[in-house]
Amino acid sequence: MSAAAVDKSVFGMIAEFPNAAALFEAAEKVRDKGYKFWDVHSPFPIHGMNKAMGLGKSTLGYIIFCGGFTGFATAVLLEYIPSSFLYPLIVHGKPVNFFTVPPFFPIMFELTILLSAFTAFFGVFVMNRLPRLHHPLFDYEPFKRVTNDAFFLAIESTDPKFSEVGTREFLEEIGGQSVTLLYQND
Amino acid sequence: MADTDASTVPFVERMPRRPLVWNNHSMAWISDRIAGIVENKAPLWWWVSIAITGSFAAFGTLCILYLLFTGVGVWGNNIPVGWAWGITNFVFWIGIGHAGTLISAILHLCRQKWRTSINRSAEAMTLFAVMCAGIFPAIHVGRIWMVWFLAPVPNPNWIWPNFRSPLMWDVFAVSTYFTVSVLFWYLGLVPDLATMRDRAKGKVSRIVYSILCFGWRGGNRQWRHYEMAYLVLAGISTPLVLSVHSTVSFDFATSVLPGWHTTIFPPYFVAGAIYGGFAMVLTLLLPLRSLHKLEDVITWDHIDVMCKLLLLTGSIVGYAYIMEFFVAFYGANPFERFAFLNRYFGPFWPFSWTMFYCNVIAPQLMWVRAFRRNWAIVYFCAMCANAGMWFERFVIFVISLSRDFLPSSWRMYYPTWVDIFTFIGTIGIFVTLFLLFIRFLPMVAMSEVKSVLPEADPHYRPRTDPESESRKEAHV
Repeated sequence: MSAAAVDKSVFGMIAEFPNAAALFEAAEKVRDKGYKFWDVHSPFPIHGMNKAMGLGKSTLGYIIFCGGFTGFATAVLLEYIPSSFLYPLIVHGKPVNFFTVPPFFPIMFELTILLSAFTAFFGVFVMNRLPRLHHPLFDYEPFKRVTNDAFFLAIESTDPKFSEVGTREFLEEIGGQSVTLLYQND
Repeated sequence: MADTDASTVPFVERMPRRPLVWNNHSMAWISDRIAGIVENKAPLWWWVSIAITGSFAAFGTLCILYLLFTGVGVWGNNIPVGWAWGITNFVFWIGIGHAGTLISAILHLCRQKWRTSINRSAEAMTLFAVMCAGIFPAIHVGRIWMVWFLAPVPNPNWIWPNFRSPLMWDVFAVSTYFTVSVLFWYLGLVPDLATMRDRAKGKVSRIVYSILCFGWRGGNRQWRHYEMAYLVLAGISTPLVLSVHSTVSFDFATSVLPGWHTTIFPPYFVAGAIYGGFAMVLTLLLPLRSLHKLEDVITWDHIDVMCKLLLLTGSIVGYAYIMEFFVAFYGANPFERFAFLNRYFGPFWPFSWTMFYCNVIAPQLMWVRAFRRNWAIVYFCAMCANAGMWFERFVIFVISLSRDFLPSSWRMYYPTWVDIFTFIGTIGIFVTLFLLFIRFLPMVAMSEVKSVLPEADPHYRPRTDPESESRKEAHV
């Protein structure tokens, strides 16, 4: 069955796995089979799962660097514009120009940290498309245990290789238990 | 036969690590036990404790209001002792916070997996301690409505603050520290709030937890970014936490006062802060692990290693005390020499010797393993460290100020009842906030504790041979 034939109201197929090791092996097989739109759900991050899923390193680090640099630049402007132009203060007889940089360091450092932290925190949620309080997975009652001790693998119907029969067989073949078809919310 | 065993069985199999959670508990047990603290009815001891600490907090708040309506004259500060209990309490509280960030950030970078059992409550402790610290700089200005002069904006006369002043650095350091600590703490809470959402029985609590956890689904595509953010936050919090107490120490080290004007201050303050902070973690967690039956999660191994950190940082502090004394002698500056002789043999001598006993001698008990696993001795050392770190700040600030260069301007310092009850009030505020935290939020990071269980390893295979079973028993 081709992707076009899949019912639009279907969200995808979910399977449960007994433990982290089984989920890890299943993920490797789903990756090798060539699925694109799928995810594994676990109560905690599983070490090495990015590689098992064929995902690269998170790009969040580069975004945080930009945030941190913005903080640094803000501090430079915040300190030099008032101290050198708007209200030059002569302290200890020292000049107010750019060359008296060491006593300006602490605030540059702090603002770099501050904006990096904000970028890191909000970056996680923006990159994960959160907050999203309503999701087809939440309609599946056993999925409530994913934050407790259950491990799930879900393949979405938007995946080109998805088919109601083939995907079900594949998930059962790789050890998935209680394979279930999930529908969209509305 | 033993030889062939040793060569074929990998080392990790022959010498398994001590488990971090004792008695082979399952993941569901961890969720039930920890989330249960929040879900079950509050025990009697909780109500009694919060009634007591809440009263202290309320009386402390009244003292603060009395100060604001009357003026800073209600405190015992007077020239030459212009900074006394206010700054002592500020530095005391900000120091307490450092252990929380050390556990969450530095130990994360060092891959110390045992941190997962204690990091949540230690981070919460950090937040509440920094809140208590923040009260003092705000109220000590006397005219609280002028406190916005601390912000990097011009005042009504178009005068800008001096960005090269250590006091200005302090404003940025402490406010950044608080903000980053909140973000770090909340990011760690998100997966656990999702657990609370999925366990919630009532509709309202489910919606509230749903909103608080942003609809977390625990997908690996989410964990991927989450772990990166967590790692970066740990990476940037590490220099931050070291810089905060260094900046606090610059308030003193950049002055010319004998006893303050020393280059040893930044590392010495940071070590002292971690020492005092770990003492507070132990003070809070030793009773809580028994009251909430968390002995298998916060085990004696955890307490043991915290005691070792207490010993290490206490000894660094002791080295700093002695080295300060030596440098004062060796530096041949008569004012400096006098400041240190006056510290230990002047009118304030009981404070200095109490400080020395509590911070240097008492933690030496922790060399003995049996003492590190005896709650009475651990609690005694933690209490000594709590008191000792307060005395240390008092000794540095007040004794140095009370006798500076000119004997004609020397003056003794005596606190007033407002000083005393404001400080006790902040202890009340701190403990009250902590009690509310353990009531409404999971006090142990459930998702992180689960991730250090043996079965969380993707290459874990359950072992069935009888020898390994008996070995497992031996660890319990």
